Amino acid sequence: MKRLVMALAVCAAGLIPLQLQAAGDGHLNMGMVLEPPHLDPTAGAAAAIDEVVYANVFEGLTRIDRNGEVKPALASSWEVSEDGKTYRFNLRDDVKFHDGTAMDSADVVFSIERAIAEDSVNAQKALFEAIESVATEGAGTVIITLKRPTGHFLFNLGWGDAVVVGEESADGNKANPVGTGPFKFKRWVKGDRVELTHNEDYWGEPAKLATATFRFIPDPAAAVSAMMAGDVDAFANFPAPESMVQFEADPRFTVVIGSTEGETILSTNNGRPPFDDIRVRQAIAHAIDRKAIIDGAMFGYGTPIGSHFAPHHPAYVDLTERYPLDLEKAKALLAEAGHAEGFKATIKLPPPSYARRGGEIVASQLREIGIDLEIIPVEWAQWLEQAFRGKDFDLTIVSHTEPMDIGIYAREDYYFDYRSDAFSGLMDKLAAEVDEKARYAVMADAQKRLADDAVNGFLFQLAKHGVWNAKVKGLWENSPVQANDLTDVSWEK
Amino acid sequence: MSEGFAEIWRMGLRNRGFVIGGVITLLFVALAALALIWTPYPVEEIVVARRFQGISSAHWLGTDQFGRDLVSLLMAGAVNSVAVAIVAVGLGVGIGVPLGAIAAARQGWLDEILMRANDFAFAFPALLSAVMITALAGPGAINSIIAIGIFNIPVFARLTRGAALVVWKREFILAARVAGKGPVRISIEHILPNISSVLIVQITIQFALAILAEAGLSYLGLGTQPPQPSWGKMLNEAQTLMFLAPQLAVFPGFAIALTVLGLNLFGDGLRDVLDPRLRRER
Repeated sequence: MKRLVMALAVCAAGLIPLQLQAAGDGHLNMGMVLEPPHLDPTAGAAAAIDEVVYANVFEGLTRIDRNGEVKPALASSWEVSEDGKTYRFNLRDDVKFHDGTAMDSADVVFSIERAIAEDSVNAQKALFEAIESVATEGAGTVIITLKRPTGHFLFNLGWGDAVVVGEESADGNKANPVGTGPFKFKRWVKGDRVELTHNEDYWGEPAKLATATFRFIPDPAAAVSAMMAGDVDAFANFPAPESMVQFEADPRFTVVIGSTEGETILSTNNGRPPFDDIRVRQAIAHAIDRKAIIDGAMFGYGTPIGSHFAPHHPAYVDLTERYPLDLEKAKALLAEAGHAEGFKATIKLPPPSYARRGGEIVASQLREIGIDLEIIPVEWAQWLEQAFRGKDFDLTIVSHTEPMDIGIYAREDYYFDYRSDAFSGLMDKLAAEVDEKARYAVMADAQKRLADDAVNGFLFQLAKHGVWNAKVKGLWENSPVQANDLTDVSWEK
Repeated sequence: MSEGFAEIWRMGLRNRGFVIGGVITLLFVALAALALIWTPYPVEEIVVARRFQGISSAHWLGTDQFGRDLVSLLMAGAVNSVAVAIVAVGLGVGIGVPLGAIAAARQGWLDEILMRANDFAFAFPALLSAVMITALAGPGAINSIIAIGIFNIPVFARLTRGAALVVWKREFILAARVAGKGPVRISIEHILPNISSVLIVQITIQFALAILAEAGLSYLGLGTQPPQPSWGKMLNEAQTLMFLAPQLAVFPGFAIALTVLGLNLFGDGLRDVLDPRLRRER
């Protein structure tokens, strides 16, 4: 088998020079699994939007870099008041939107007020929840006053949902995004690709690529062929982890297994019997074999988690042994909850392989303790409609890829219907705390609380399976935010 | 009758396609029947630790990406194929044959309406109607059965009408009419027995097509859903694993090809045996 792969690789290697000529003009074809529903990052939750436009087309006051650190962007510097409530941002004075209009403090105020407005369609309103008022002080300065000190406010402003949009162009951003970034939107061929071109008037260091195309390829087998054929130069999140071995053996490709902010969880409807009984959820936690799921669904790529928190975060607490694999204990807990004979339930699975494959494995593991799961595969639109918005599900598997999103457990109306005053109290405490050490301690308590309550089945941290042409340099290894930042990407000469 | 059967049997044994196809078909049905009561391993048992095993005495054809036994999966997949094909073809025969018989017996405007409706249904390939049905009702084995069944109705309606029209012109039908038999009774007592050989041959062919269609639908994710095993689904899952474990695609693919080949050979052979006139013409 291996010899066959090698032989194919050698045959394929002979084709390289031909392809490079075509790609060497500073153009990058970036593959993505999902197509964004539209291109306005301030008006949608879909990660695919940010994965096209973040840092490329749109920028915010701050930006998150490849290491997850906050860097200045449209604000060249800022001062924070003693009490931590007033932020004074000094804006760059040489920034122009792609439509030629200048970016000034009025646009920043407009963008923030638009995001926090009553009728705002921003998907992450919680990011701006602490803002009391926004004011300008001339064209070059913006002052944001908070209701209370908020430790991660600068990080929040670096999210794609907090980018600065132009007052004149904001309404058209869904179809024709106008930002300030190093790439301009060129066109969108629905169902196929989005094209970006170099922004000549960029205020900062210009992008090294002349053009970039995001191609949407949902089918894993097609993704493999597209990479092999050179139709796509890079896939930051490759949909078929099983193909990593094949790409690793091929010198044409660089394979990078990085970290993401994706906590992959067996989301449980805490508001629906029998899952409203903590003993049932604990039983599920005791019955889940994370290693089998990671091996079987992700081919070994992924880090087990015991709560809703990224393992690479400094405040991470390893809670994977909170409910160790113990089928007898699980059965006892089920019996205690009045389900000695087990019960029937459904599991709705969205398209990604972590869900479809993981779901089959979870179903077989839960069958061991008498929980008979009917598998219902759903498309993303259905999933959002039924499970996420309609709360019409028993169990589902999904990866929550937003950074530092433990706060979703304090949202009353969130789809897993978890209500805990203790946890909400912790989140309030976290929001008010500015001291880093103290914040980490609160985060640790919050992780433990979620693990204790067995809110969801905490499975694993999604790995980022990056595959790209070995000559492409500068792509992100990890995904601290949902992004395919191309500002630093170039072809090796 | 028994004499006729013995005659057919003797002729069948002389027909190579009939024998080979029959053996393959029998084997396939027998394996499916066996899977109803026994498979080497439970098909829903996922043991990730033993995934991607090669051929061994414990697992005759190895294991898949979840550590499931491939022989067991193939056997259970055969049950699925047979079940879907029987119900879908049954649906086609059960509705299509009466429709065709009525059209042939009544003719006139009813014949026109039935046959134009038939043409309309015929215009939708099984795949298209399946996509439509799954869009409305969600994917699943039942929906794929309905889709394939609907596709089968016009096939049998047309065949029955055409064959029945020929029989209706024969003298003995005239005799039956003179004897006072109504069109329903004539259709049941005289027409159907006389076109049964054509129908039986068509059933074996449609059976093979239904198996192919089911595999195709499951391959596209529109048919049988996990954890229920299906050959088409196995092919789909094996697709991205081609370089890692090619056997996962080869065995189900081989199973589909062999079964369809067997059924077609059997059908061809059966036609030759049941309808010697056709054979001579060929």
